[in-house]
Amino acid sequence: MSGSPLRTGAPSGWRFWLLDPAPASRGQARLGRWYRAWLAFRRNGLAMTGLIIVAALVLAAIFAPILADHELAFHQVLEERLQDLSWLHPFGTDELGRDIYARVIFGSRVTLTIVGLVSIIVVPVGLAIGLPSGYFGGWIDAVLMRITDIFLAFPRLVLALAFAASLGPGIENAVIAISLTAWPPYARLARAETITRRNAEFIEAAQLQGASSLRILFTQIVPLCLPSVIIRLTLDMSGIILTAAGLGFLGLGAQPPMPEWGAMVSTGRQFLIDQWWVATIPGTAIFIVSLGFNLLGDGLRDVADSRSA
Amino acid sequence: MSATTAESTIEAPSGWARRIAGPVRHVLGLAGSVALTFLGLTCVTFVIGRVIPIDPVTAIVGEKASRTVYDRVFKELYLDRPIYEQYWLYLRKMLHGDFGNSLLTAHPVLSDLLHFFPATIELALPALVIGVCLGIPLGVLAATNRGRWPDQIVRFGSLLGYSIPVFWLGLVGLLILYAKLGWVDGPGRIDDAFDDIVPTVTGLITVDSLIAGEYETFWNAVSHLILPSSILGYYSLAYVARMTRSFMLSQLRQEYVLATLAKGLSPFRVVWIHALGNIWVQLVTVIALTFGGLLEGAVLTETVFAWPGLGLFMKNSLFVADLNAVVGGTMLIGVIYIVLNMLSDVVYTMVDPRARTRK
Repeated sequence: MSGSPLRTGAPSGWRFWLLDPAPASRGQARLGRWYRAWLAFRRNGLAMTGLIIVAALVLAAIFAPILADHELAFHQVLEERLQDLSWLHPFGTDELGRDIYARVIFGSRVTLTIVGLVSIIVVPVGLAIGLPSGYFGGWIDAVLMRITDIFLAFPRLVLALAFAASLGPGIENAVIAISLTAWPPYARLARAETITRRNAEFIEAAQLQGASSLRILFTQIVPLCLPSVIIRLTLDMSGIILTAAGLGFLGLGAQPPMPEWGAMVSTGRQFLIDQWWVATIPGTAIFIVSLGFNLLGDGLRDVADSRSA
Repeated sequence: MSATTAESTIEAPSGWARRIAGPVRHVLGLAGSVALTFLGLTCVTFVIGRVIPIDPVTAIVGEKASRTVYDRVFKELYLDRPIYEQYWLYLRKMLHGDFGNSLLTAHPVLSDLLHFFPATIELALPALVIGVCLGIPLGVLAATNRGRWPDQIVRFGSLLGYSIPVFWLGLVGLLILYAKLGWVDGPGRIDDAFDDIVPTVTGLITVDSLIAGEYETFWNAVSHLILPSSILGYYSLAYVARMTRSFMLSQLRQEYVLATLAKGLSPFRVVWIHALGNIWVQLVTVIALTFGGLLEGAVLTETVFAWPGLGLFMKNSLFVADLNAVVGGTMLIGVIYIVLNMLSDVVYTMVDPRARTRK
């Protein structure tokens, strides 16, 4: 809360150690670098808001059974359908008498599962296409980048929609469909990062020591690509969430009774005029979470830019 | 004297040829890459339509089809042939504009797509106009006031545009402006009372009604149009403003800005004439991409507003699991996207001499 340690006068023990201009070990230097990045990040109010929202999402997903009643989220009580907001039901109830607050909380698990699975698929695929493309160049580069361009030639939601329509509805298929459309930017990014580094002296040194191309890619280039890939991923999260919610809204994502936010908005549409909360509250959840990821990503990018500049 | 004219007459064609050769080669190369991209696009839609579904026939005719229909479609899809032959025949059909028939309307998919497309254009064009006419000035304003409150507002506003689900904003807009306040008309393109009054000329109701002189119909159509296209417009505004801001910032860092200012040119002139003149070529690409994004947003917006365009057609086809229509719509949007990208590339080379000489 005290803001920048530079203003607090003499920094106390561990801070002094972290900010030491002449670190004694590689570990200290690395920790110090991270700490300085954190200090720069912490000064950015919007980015901190983003971090708090994302942390809240993760906590809500982990502690969903404590924060909300599982029974209320899934059990149908038809006598209590479409109840207005009240102490018992802070966000009202839906057309089957289920508590919307509880469903939104449990819905965070669905959202987090989707973004988690998509990132696990997309980053390795993007790296697998982009690294060889940038490192070897020539016809490998031409072929791989042509494939990437083809996938970039589609608007993302439309392509995901076509894939999901063909694979059939369901959360796994939504993940596959989104991943199939989300990897190209990572391939481009990994390629660009590789090209700027492939002629560096430390790569040459590794080559002279007889390291194989695969080894150089994994031990030398991947670690250098990762920071920008992670920032890109954070910025992409909101796009992934919006695409997933869009697919859910169109009936192609998670299927009922799973509390997916987009699908909840879709069912609430028919009650929009008289029971506004059924559609708008899950939509607000989508909005807040995707805003959180955008703010966080922007903040991370600013920190990274100021470091490289 | 005569020697110099002779020289110049000899040189003229070669100079002319040299000047034209670069762009021609570029356009040819571009055409090649567009053809390749198109080929890849058909590969992707082939995989979506024929390879992924376990039973492509059922995916097209639905589960209730009779045995004879099933067998006929099985033959029509060439499913008895090897896969490369299937692709080749598929490609030939695509090039003839044959996407099969739609389950919903029983018409050929292509004629359906063309029937619904004008409604989407009517929605997307005003949105694009909003995005460009407001997005560019706001982006410039943000860049010239970097770090101060106009910049903060524009940045946050465009960040919101990246974060708000378009279908949610549509529903909230309907709830407040239509249901509660009654300022605009609700879902649909026009009130039933005005349906089919004006003869179709362009397919855009607003334009057709003006041509026919039916002003009441025109105002009704505008009142239906204004909310969905403003919402879509906000999204393109967010994107255009963000890109303009970052292009502008990179221009303002250049030394020529400092030099022209030092020479006493007004800051207004430096920003709006010199700097903007340098970035508008880049903005053309952004605008082309924006239009692609609008087509994407149209799928969700049309669903929310029951707007009878391409997006609603695709969504309704999804509902009856009609893969032909979905793939056809995807293909159409993909082709538009490719053509727009190509056009913006051509504009780029025509306007920017550096792009001509590069490579």
